[in-house]
Amino acid sequence: MEVKEVVSILNAKVICGKQYLDKSVDFGFASDLMSDVLTLDADNILLITGLSNLQTIRTLEMSDICVVILARDKKASKGMIELAIESDLLIIETEKSMFKTAGLLFEAGLKSVY
Amino acid sequence: MKIIDLVNKLGLEILSGENGLNRTVSGGYTSDLLSDVIANAQENNIWITLQTHKNVMAIASLKDLAAIILINGNKPEEDTREQSNIENIPILGTKGNAFETSAKIYELLNNE
Amino acid sequence: MVEETISLQYKIDGGDFKKAGYASSQIKKRLQKLNIHPKVIKKIVIALYEAEINVVAYAYDAVIRIEIGNETVKVKIKDNGPGIQDINQAMEKGYSTASSKIREMGFGAGMGLSNMKKNSDKFDIKSKINEGTEINIINYRINIKNENN
Repeated sequence: MEVKEVVSILNAKVICGKQYLDKSVDFGFASDLMSDVLTLDADNILLITGLSNLQTIRTLEMSDICVVILARDKKASKGMIELAIESDLLIIETEKSMFKTAGLLFEAGLKSVY
Repeated sequence: MKIIDLVNKLGLEILSGENGLNRTVSGGYTSDLLSDVIANAQENNIWITLQTHKNVMAIASLKDLAAIILINGNKPEEDTREQSNIENIPILGTKGNAFETSAKIYELLNNE
Repeated sequence: MVEETISLQYKIDGGDFKKAGYASSQIKKRLQKLNIHPKVIKKIVIALYEAEINVVAYAYDAVIRIEIGNETVKVKIKDNGPGIQDINQAMEKGYSTASSKIREMGFGAGMGLSNMKKNSDKFDIKSKINEGTEINIINYRINIKNENN
């Protein structure tokens, strides 16, 4: 699924990385614990999280995850956006809950990592 | 939909609080941040999380949640289990992750 | 091909969550310039990042030393800190002494050390109470051009 499709399903806001909207993602993962995210092995993961801090972006960088959806109306800070741009990452914001975001994207064909 | 229906349809493991299985679920809430659940979860939500420590049950009780689902094969601590039995708020388990579990419950509740 | 070992060193302060990951990020960028396979880089930087988070969460300060050779990438993380009471217990998945502050930051689920081990070809940890903890990690180097060998 292309990231732009994700954005349209959620009616979400792209904060940075607009040039990567054609990127494709295969798997969805939902967690607020970065320790959990750091254990993943799959490629082409889209992360859904309600944790919005610099470590969210660092975790993406280390895990080779290119797209994050900040759910629950969480906003990316200036520092987060700077780090994300430096590492070519996409940040997307939605006011929807993690629960609903997962539901809508799974329905649209995003797979589960395990 | 009742908790017991979700248990049967998704093959969830009943870990404690069996007397609460007839509670009605109004929706789902997926979160691992306790402060967020305190602020944003709604009454009769089923809470999907990987947090296992005992505050989880205190929050479920405070917010009058329908049940807790522990993902990734996580198991509750003993005192959490006891509290769940006292409060009649079931703790359920799955080997699945939060994304998949949330999505399947979302689907079931939507097609009710 | 003869190649010199590259040594890098970083100092990390405890308590500063904003800076956690800076060293790992710098090291990742350096490794990416060396033609090392992305999967190997990912293993190294995830273990390093987990280590940085541990230092920030539990220790006073630490030194990270990394040696990139032809065959291996060696990482040493040596901290000044309270040390670990029971290493076997700390290695268990789910065991954690993290404060609620750390948990609300998205860490402290008791998965860090076991994940570091998972991402290491060789993993060694030793600790002394009231002195600190030293972790040594070795990963075998695989270069992109050697992928199909």
